[in-house]
Amino acid sequence: MFKKILIANRGEIACRVIKTCRKMGIKTVAVYSDADKEAMHVQMADEAVHIGESQAAKSYLLIDRIVKACKDTGAEAVHPGYGFLSENRAFQEALAKAKIIFIGPDAHAIQAMGDKIESKKLASKAKVSTVPGFMGVIKDVAHAKKIAKEVGYPVMMKASAGGGGKGMRIARNESEVQEGFERSQAEAKSSFGDDRMFIEKYIEQPRHVEIQVIADRHGNTLYLNERECSIQRRHQKVIEEAPSPFLDAKTRKAMGEQAVALAKAVKYVSAGTVEFIVDTKRNFYFLEMNTRLQVEHPVTELITGLDLVELMIRIANNEKLPFKQKDVKINGWALESRVYAEDPYRNFLPSTGRLVRYIPPAENKNVRVDTGVQEGGEISVFYDPMIAKLCSWGKTRKEATAHMRKALDSYYIRGVSHNIPFLASVLGKKKFVDGQLSTNFIAEEYPNGFSDRDLPAAEPEPLLAVAALVHHAYVRRAAAISGQIPRHGRKVPSDWVMAIDTHADGEKEFPVTVTPDHDAIENGGGIASGAIKIGKKIIKVSSDWIFTTPLFVGEVAGEFMTIQIERRGVGYRLSHAGSQIDVVVYTVREAELARLMPHKPPPDLSKFLLSPMPGLLVSLAVKEGQEVKAGETLAIVEAMKMQNVLKAERDGVVKKIYGEAGASLAVDEMILEFC
Amino acid sequence: MSEIIQRLEAKRAAARQGGGQQRINTQHGKGKLSARERIELLFDEGSFEEWDMFVEHRCEDFGMGETRIPGDGVVTGYGTINGRPMFIYSQDFTVFGGSLSESHAKKILKIMEKAIQVGAPVIGLNDSGGARIQEGVASLGGYADIFLQNALTSGVVPQISMVMGPCAGGAVYSPAMTDFIFMVKDTSYMFVTGPDVVKTVTHETVTQEQLGGAMTHAAKSGVADGAFENDVEALLQLRRFIDFLPLNNKEKPPIVPCVDSPDRDDASLDTLIPDNPNKPYDIKELILKVVDEGDFFEIGEHFAKNMIIGFGRMEGQTVGIVANQPMVLAGCLDIDSSRKAARFVRFCDCFNIPIITFVDVPGFLPGTNQEFNGIIKEGAKLLFAYAEATVPKITVITRKAYGGAYDVMSSKHLRGDVNFAWPTAEIAVMGAKGAVEIIFRADIGDKKKIAERTKEYEERFANPFRAANYGFIDDVIMPHGTRRRICRSLAMLKTKDLKNPWKKHDNIPL
Repeated sequence: MFKKILIANRGEIACRVIKTCRKMGIKTVAVYSDADKEAMHVQMADEAVHIGESQAAKSYLLIDRIVKACKDTGAEAVHPGYGFLSENRAFQEALAKAKIIFIGPDAHAIQAMGDKIESKKLASKAKVSTVPGFMGVIKDVAHAKKIAKEVGYPVMMKASAGGGGKGMRIARNESEVQEGFERSQAEAKSSFGDDRMFIEKYIEQPRHVEIQVIADRHGNTLYLNERECSIQRRHQKVIEEAPSPFLDAKTRKAMGEQAVALAKAVKYVSAGTVEFIVDTKRNFYFLEMNTRLQVEHPVTELITGLDLVELMIRIANNEKLPFKQKDVKINGWALESRVYAEDPYRNFLPSTGRLVRYIPPAENKNVRVDTGVQEGGEISVFYDPMIAKLCSWGKTRKEATAHMRKALDSYYIRGVSHNIPFLASVLGKKKFVDGQLSTNFIAEEYPNGFSDRDLPAAEPEPLLAVAALVHHAYVRRAAAISGQIPRHGRKVPSDWVMAIDTHADGEKEFPVTVTPDHDAIENGGGIASGAIKIGKKIIKVSSDWIFTTPLFVGEVAGEFMTIQIERRGVGYRLSHAGSQIDVVVYTVREAELARLMPHKPPPDLSKFLLSPMPGLLVSLAVKEGQEVKAGETLAIVEAMKMQNVLKAERDGVVKKIYGEAGASLAVDEMILEFC
Repeated sequence: MSEIIQRLEAKRAAARQGGGQQRINTQHGKGKLSARERIELLFDEGSFEEWDMFVEHRCEDFGMGETRIPGDGVVTGYGTINGRPMFIYSQDFTVFGGSLSESHAKKILKIMEKAIQVGAPVIGLNDSGGARIQEGVASLGGYADIFLQNALTSGVVPQISMVMGPCAGGAVYSPAMTDFIFMVKDTSYMFVTGPDVVKTVTHETVTQEQLGGAMTHAAKSGVADGAFENDVEALLQLRRFIDFLPLNNKEKPPIVPCVDSPDRDDASLDTLIPDNPNKPYDIKELILKVVDEGDFFEIGEHFAKNMIIGFGRMEGQTVGIVANQPMVLAGCLDIDSSRKAARFVRFCDCFNIPIITFVDVPGFLPGTNQEFNGIIKEGAKLLFAYAEATVPKITVITRKAYGGAYDVMSSKHLRGDVNFAWPTAEIAVMGAKGAVEIIFRADIGDKKKIAERTKEYEERFANPFRAANYGFIDDVIMPHGTRRRICRSLAMLKTKDLKNPWKKHDNIPL
């Protein structure tokens, strides 16, 4: 076995590979850029080598530096993780030349599958069913229009070298081809340095189901069942699961066998994934093969009990797979939520910055957290804004979902925006619960984007009960201050009025009566247990929450709940199941007087175009004094290699322009003002 | 007997009505509470003891003899906030527009005098149209009597002003002499001369809100220490605020039961300082992670943002926090920030509140604007305040402590009790580049040499060890252990006894 492995990656996947290496007794070498000097993978590895500047192109993508790092540290093999150099032929050649083993498939397989057009041709040859489309390279917009017409609308335009949703667009008619083709091509060029495009039939209500395959150098090629990754936003996977709630044993077997046939056709070695689109009648079509470890591999590990990284290492060491196809079982159900640093309330724009507070849920047999950051770490502008992969396992899908929801509730992140409210909201949708998934799920369930209206706060009583009890504890504690006139202390009332700020509909009031447990008072007032009467309901709360804990964990009305609670000014913010409420707890008299206070609407910012994210102002499409119509493009801001088109929300005249092309923008920085 | 009691009740009920229900409704219509409602919110339920409810003015001029309203435009008395005694006056805008008469002033003076005798804070809720013009000089005399009493009370018990309506002309000088001024957005304003006079004299057109509104004073002039959304929020926040303050200058700061461990480490602080010395970071994160439960009451958050001041607690007991904010103007000292911090340091020293200073300061802000406006004397205020303070003083240098600003920020030389530095601290006369350009002026053309020299200077001074060699730093500490080290230092300093030489009073460069 190898004595030392270098991991040519960063973030959670580097940490995840290191964990397996440790288990196997293999020493590890991390590589890092300027921005990652303090990163978790650097701290976890036995050795770490600095390989360059923060931009990936000047560090993680520099083949020479990584090969040199291997030589300098005496690493015998390299695990590439996913992304970066994981599917790069030149990297493999350089490693081969230096006699360093690449933990992954051979160069020929990567090359054959790396090109989407080539891979489809190969798949057809191996009798794998494929989506109708044009297999050649498209020259220009006119050509694209012609082919789209032949294939039949709707069509999908894709970058040949693409992945991760970049350079990919759907067109439902000729004008959408006109509009999208060149932009996709430009994105493909800037992301992959390759602007070749192809077009294929777009399948409606499709599900994304992929088969994990694994092959050794001794002729064993197996499939490790499927993962369903239909919950996607702009072609980026959001929630994945294994097995798929849609496949039957017959389809599973057929897909698995085709995947194995394809792998065999390219003499595939190591772990790989064959992606399929499945339509409503369980017809499946080959999409592409990913010749690397997938982001979502943990769900497969959780239901099969295998360690894919370990298998990859053993295969690279020329070992035989220690099991046969019949040994591969499906045990229970696993889910994965991708926790991203992005703002779900602002159209999922990436968020960067310091993780001021970061407390992931505790790991156990039902919860797995693959994370590459820690409190005080940085979500940098240079890399993918994924914070962690949160996985859950249960005997059934329902159980796995319940564990996931609980884990999301206790995931505490401050300093950057994150998509946890959105993830929790998806898990609460009826269609998700029923397993009725498709890649259109998000577009259909959130037609107007995600807002706090999508949150299931229909029954705020449990949250209110907790807020009331916590407030009561704070009030009792404040009333225990030193320097009082003996026997003239504050008499803490038991009747209160809770006012929730519902944003749109103003304040809503709930009178409550708080009866804390006697014990709780004697124990310094910090412990929140008692009974809260809201209207006619009596809600019993019992927990060992104290003032310092950001999470309220306990039983509320007989149900176990995890609630994040934060003091904000004179009130509290509570987060649970992705929903958030801002509540002020008044005494009865305070509430009466608070009702007299004027409602102040927030300042009108609709006259300004603000940068929705930090990024580069690529271009401005308008001039001062110009009249614009709603929907017209105003400016393009680039962030995370994505070009975001900012459009006018209503008709108006541009009064003043504040930003100029080429300027870097902070979030909420003014770009222009309307009259 | 019952008839007499009924008559008293009727008289009381009439007095409680102030200027009458209609005027109270008008007050409500403006988004303001009545004088008594405000007291109800601020004080513990049922704790308010009212005095002088039946006081009336004694003016006979201009028909005033016909209108007398019991209370005469101000509600005074005492009560408790979380069981601690406080004196209060709350001006009643529904009675003669809250204008200040001789009798009105006497009521205020009565509670102020008693506050000194018993050692309890004075809270003023200001909502007054100004002087009772009909009374003429008697009213002016009333103001002056209050000003005098403000001066005498200063430093004996805390005085806090909450401006909740108009406060114009001479009236502004009573709040101005108190320790803290808070204001309510949109419904309060303070100015010496109003928009009409401004227009006549300087031809400037300006609204009341622009000239003297809450945000004007909280952000521009620095007159106000905070601005709140409305009366209810303001008074609830004032309750929170008062809990940080001792009752008088003989008391130690109050203690609130605390569950936050003094040994709590915070590993994330080890990555707070960015690699690049020119990259800012938020010093508030450090404050929030050091104080009990992250509970920090910031003062003057909209003014001179390059300096953060406010109250927190360590092991349950109040401390004053002063910190340079690298996010704004690189955390440098300038006129506004020096003034802001100086006054705060002096308040803490008056009332036995230990001061914790977090230092990341590149120096004083250069420029004609600063020099012409007297940065020399303004900066000296902070220097003076730190120098004369005898309360426990703990200093933590996180990054830069350059030049004279190093001396100013609670350095060892100013009797800092415990001076810590993080390993990232750079204690030097100036940044390496500037220093090298002066010391090696002859080599300026030679880039290579300058780079070498800069490196040499950095190695020698861009660290805390030179200062530690001299004993100017008591210890170089790990950032994650900052809370623990401060808690221990404070515990050790509980019995600190230090007195300045006898003097009538000092002569701080005002």
